[in-house]
Amino acid sequence: MRTWTLVRLFSLLVYLFMFTPIAIVVVLSFNDAQFGGFPIQGFSLRWFETLANNEPVVRAFRTSLLLGVLAAVIATTLGILASLALMRYDLPAKNFFNTLLISPVLVPETVLAVGLLLFMRWLEQPRSFALLLAGHVLIALPFVVLVVQARLVGIRKVYEDAARSLGANPVQAFFQITFPLLMPAVFAGLLFAFTISFDNITATLFWRPAGVETVPTQIFGMLRHSISPEINALGTVMIVITVGLPLLAGGLARAFVRGRT
Amino acid sequence: MPSILPIYLQNVQAPACNATDSPAVSPSGRTGRGQGEPMARAAAQDEGFDARPWVLLGPALLALLLLMVVPMAIIFVFTFYEYVDIAVDRPAFQFENWREFVEDRFYHYAIWQTLRIAAITTAVCALLGYVPAYFIANTTYRHKWLLMLLLILPFWVSFIIRQLSWVHVLGSQGIVNALLLWLGVIEQPLRLLYNEATVVMGLVHFLLPFMILNIYVSLEGIDRNLVSAARTLGCTGWQAFREVTLPLSLPGLAAGSLLCFVLAAGSYVTPLILGGPDDFLFGNLIFDTIMVELNWPMGATLSVVLLLLLGSLVAIYGRFMGLNRLYKSLN
Repeated sequence: MRTWTLVRLFSLLVYLFMFTPIAIVVVLSFNDAQFGGFPIQGFSLRWFETLANNEPVVRAFRTSLLLGVLAAVIATTLGILASLALMRYDLPAKNFFNTLLISPVLVPETVLAVGLLLFMRWLEQPRSFALLLAGHVLIALPFVVLVVQARLVGIRKVYEDAARSLGANPVQAFFQITFPLLMPAVFAGLLFAFTISFDNITATLFWRPAGVETVPTQIFGMLRHSISPEINALGTVMIVITVGLPLLAGGLARAFVRGRT
Repeated sequence: MPSILPIYLQNVQAPACNATDSPAVSPSGRTGRGQGEPMARAAAQDEGFDARPWVLLGPALLALLLLMVVPMAIIFVFTFYEYVDIAVDRPAFQFENWREFVEDRFYHYAIWQTLRIAAITTAVCALLGYVPAYFIANTTYRHKWLLMLLLILPFWVSFIIRQLSWVHVLGSQGIVNALLLWLGVIEQPLRLLYNEATVVMGLVHFLLPFMILNIYVSLEGIDRNLVSAARTLGCTGWQAFREVTLPLSLPGLAAGSLLCFVLAAGSYVTPLILGGPDDFLFGNLIFDTIMVELNWPMGATLSVVLLLLLGSLVAIYGRFMGLNRLYKSLN
């Protein structure tokens, strides 16, 4: 029993290690002080206001949103089609294709980044938003495939077969039977891909065209000087988006499923 | 009759045959390859001549080919190119870049430093991660889902925010220094940041959830009766853990360790935020060579080195453990 108490205590400490620094960022973003650190001098929302009027930050935010949404839609579409092919058909070399689809996670992101960059150089193309988008799709794709496949295993083919035997064509069967059943996976894939794109910095620093900043690279650039309170506010906004959005979506999805059944 | 049923089902699955089964649907059905007789088409399908999975798989494969496979080949080609001047290189087939890599001690030191930091990070993750994983797997707490959610939550918090948050903890205006100053223990802020230890800590903070999740999954898969059986047979609790639980959770520990090691050794942003000038990883060399020195042939060579180094680790792991577990753990 005493051992178990120690286990609990240790686990609590590990959780504290994980969350205290993040909590501090959120707390400091409401700090009414000139500098980004301690001591705390009172509650204020002014750094959020400053942030909203910070032209480069707002621009970076728009870039990140656009990039995230586009990358999520493209990666999820590619991922779902490929997963369907792998799960629903007997393909030769199925395992090979499966491994190939997931392989981008096994290659260090730095190397993926250099590869795409040198490819562009080889083609004599300048860095562009399209390159950034393609790269983000590449990085998000394996995760989408994993999420969608995990979900697809649970959708038995019998439903599709039933629809088919009742006269639906494959396209109808897909859109009326499989796709609705797949919706949670689609949402999960979209969210996952969006979060991955929105958060990416390692490869983005290589790929972004001159003058284009995403939110993480913008924060990175701002860090060069010192931690301003604005960075804390921006961090809080990002946490609300990348944590709040999935939580909200998860809750909604659960409510949606319950309402249907 | 039983022998016909599977064939009937097969035909239902094959859309081209639907045209004969229910003509009403055929106009909207795809007839891309439907040229011959329905029977001939069915026969072709039985032989596995189905184009549809390839159509579905095609876009993703094309994307991977263009965005990963070809670029990897290009990196390899670039390692033989000749570096002329900043941002200028000449197509060639020579080994100058490789020679420089093999001869320059600095690169060897960078590899050693990278492997060392990645190994320390992995060990710390394993030490810190096992206990919480064990706790979540064995707790009888009613809201276990909350503990799980809290474990996944860090994945959603922006990487760069998580890294810079440590400046608020250990920086000169961080909470530790603020507290010590306030208590009067110190007069001047201590310089706690920007060393190797803080780089390791930043990496641990980023990678620990991977480790905990992997260990948790394998602990959760252990048959509880085994531990009970060991206890019945006279093991103490600690012996049962050492002889039963720990060995059975090793696959999770291995998967978590591989992920932590590979991700740590491949990173370069953490040392830029939390490290001093000497605390660089191999990724930092690649970044500097490509983005600052604009020496693409050398950058390509270093990238191939990193890829081979970490790729061989993944390959060895895959050879013994299979990669499926790894994929599961990324989910």
